[in-house]
Amino acid sequence: MDETNGSKGNVKTAAPKTDGNGNGARTILGVTVDPDAIKQKAELDLKAARQPTKTDVYQSIFRVKHDETPRSRTLGVLSNVFLHLHPAKVNRDAVRFNFTWGMGGITFYLFWVLTWTGVLLMFYYHPTKVQAFRDILYLEHDVPFGKLLRNMHRWAAHAMVLTVQLHMFRVFLTGSYKKPRQFNWSIGVILLVLTLLLSFTGYLLPDDQLGFWAVTVGTNMARATPMLGHEGPFGPQFGMTNYNDVRFALLGGSIVDANALLRAYIWHCIAIPGFAATFMIVHFWRVRKDGGISGPAPMALEKEIKPLRRR
Amino acid sequence: MDWHQLWTIVSLPDNIPIVGMIFILPFFTWYGLRQAFANDRLIDRLEADPDLAKTHHRKVEPFQKGWARELHVWPYLLRMEFLAAVIVTVILMVWSIALDAPLEEPANPSLTMNPSKAPWYFLGLQEMLVYFDPWIAGVLMPTLIIIGLIVIPYIDENPLGNGYYTFRQRKFAIWTFIFGFIILWSTMIVIGTLIRGPGWMWFWPGMTWDHNRVIFEINRDLHEIVGITSQPWIGLFGGAVVGGFFAVSGYACHRLITATAFSRKILERMTLAQYVIMQALLIIMLSLPVKIAARLLFRVKYVWVTPWFNI
Repeated sequence: MDETNGSKGNVKTAAPKTDGNGNGARTILGVTVDPDAIKQKAELDLKAARQPTKTDVYQSIFRVKHDETPRSRTLGVLSNVFLHLHPAKVNRDAVRFNFTWGMGGITFYLFWVLTWTGVLLMFYYHPTKVQAFRDILYLEHDVPFGKLLRNMHRWAAHAMVLTVQLHMFRVFLTGSYKKPRQFNWSIGVILLVLTLLLSFTGYLLPDDQLGFWAVTVGTNMARATPMLGHEGPFGPQFGMTNYNDVRFALLGGSIVDANALLRAYIWHCIAIPGFAATFMIVHFWRVRKDGGISGPAPMALEKEIKPLRRR
Repeated sequence: MDWHQLWTIVSLPDNIPIVGMIFILPFFTWYGLRQAFANDRLIDRLEADPDLAKTHHRKVEPFQKGWARELHVWPYLLRMEFLAAVIVTVILMVWSIALDAPLEEPANPSLTMNPSKAPWYFLGLQEMLVYFDPWIAGVLMPTLIIIGLIVIPYIDENPLGNGYYTFRQRKFAIWTFIFGFIILWSTMIVIGTLIRGPGWMWFWPGMTWDHNRVIFEINRDLHEIVGITSQPWIGLFGGAVVGGFFAVSGYACHRLITATAFSRKILERMTLAQYVIMQALLIIMLSLPVKIAARLLFRVKYVWVTPWFNI
């Protein structure tokens, strides 16, 4: 370390050379300039540049050495904020594709893709009846890569709904919801619902016929909510009308219009992503706290079942 | 055979996930069950040979004595994650370049889309609207699906199959999930997307979507078929039929739950509350295919007609 930060060079050049004419050092306007000392420093800098991992800058960023020792591989994961949700080591067979199908991780990656493409789309979108549809046309025809951006947002959303279901299917088939992971399965179900709601609220935003009628069909079901919808069982008895029931609350009106567009936008871009991110934090945290991913675990046999102790 | 119509439906960009689902779901079902059967064969061997159970590492994956049981996350897991992210990104890019996200005309409340469909992942629920009133299909059933999924880990008292694929040790659980997820949920999404045309009428693949088609079918309430005409008796009759359905399918479910010695052993571990909740959810899940059969085979509209609600 002390080689690289140049302190040795400082010691050498710090000794003032009093005779201004000898060895090339000279004083210009009161500043001593010694070409030899500068050359020496430059050589030291060059030498340091050949070993970038030993510089202060590198070490301040990465904190630990990255070589192929078990210790440094472990620290590489544990001392990195983005990687630290991983354990240092995993079950050898858990790395294989055939156990996890990678669907949970792919779902999370798609959430990131959707966040980024979504943020970029938000730059060009106004959630108003006058502008929403025109913004989509503008995106498709004038914004550089706008069409690609919108396509990617939509297909990633479809893919995410699919991968979330496949993840759930795999977790069921491997019995990974069993003790001690029961609670994390329930969190996962909530994340599934939030994924569907995210996709559904995004459907209305282009303000075209497709989204309009899909949301009309979808929210018309809310009319029929028992007790809370004006067409549902016991709804009229509870005083529900078209103007105060649960559908009115969802749409901000009695028809799908400007308020519904604004509400869908805010649910889609702020509220539900916030909830989903929060539940995801809990989900991943619990994966670790419940002992990492469930397997592949050694198989248990029927005769090994322990009698149940009731609380 | 109208190939053009078939191509129009299948090649609709928004229908790609469903067409994909037709291949992806059977693949992953096969992929998971294949591993389950492989594990089952090993379980058979381990149960037949107690000495083997002591020496074997109880996984089908090969294992050498010198190998570490766990691998470092860096690089063995992280490189898989990175690879998965790259592959997903490439797929998304190609998908987004090849297919454009749909954009219809601007939203127009006075011009109804026919058929007007919800987003594809809600088409199972929309298909359910054919058989049930909206308060059941759109509100009650989704709520029960969410609740049912959340309580799965709390009513499944089978301790086997925790963290590995198996079929033999969890026959009932796996059949139930495949029935609910593949046979009901996914099949109804496929029907709602590919089969249902204008007026939400049934069009077999290859039939032309004829907007002027009229289907002459008269759906009658069950009490009309039987010949009951005045109200208190209609309500009481319907209630008795629904109660009878609960009793019969509850009995059938009980026979299934206690079909093997192993499942009887698991049942003994369950509390009464767990059993009642499981039965209620199973019966309500079964009511869907039963009502579908009653409608399609006997043209039954409602089973239970009361002044407040109809089932």
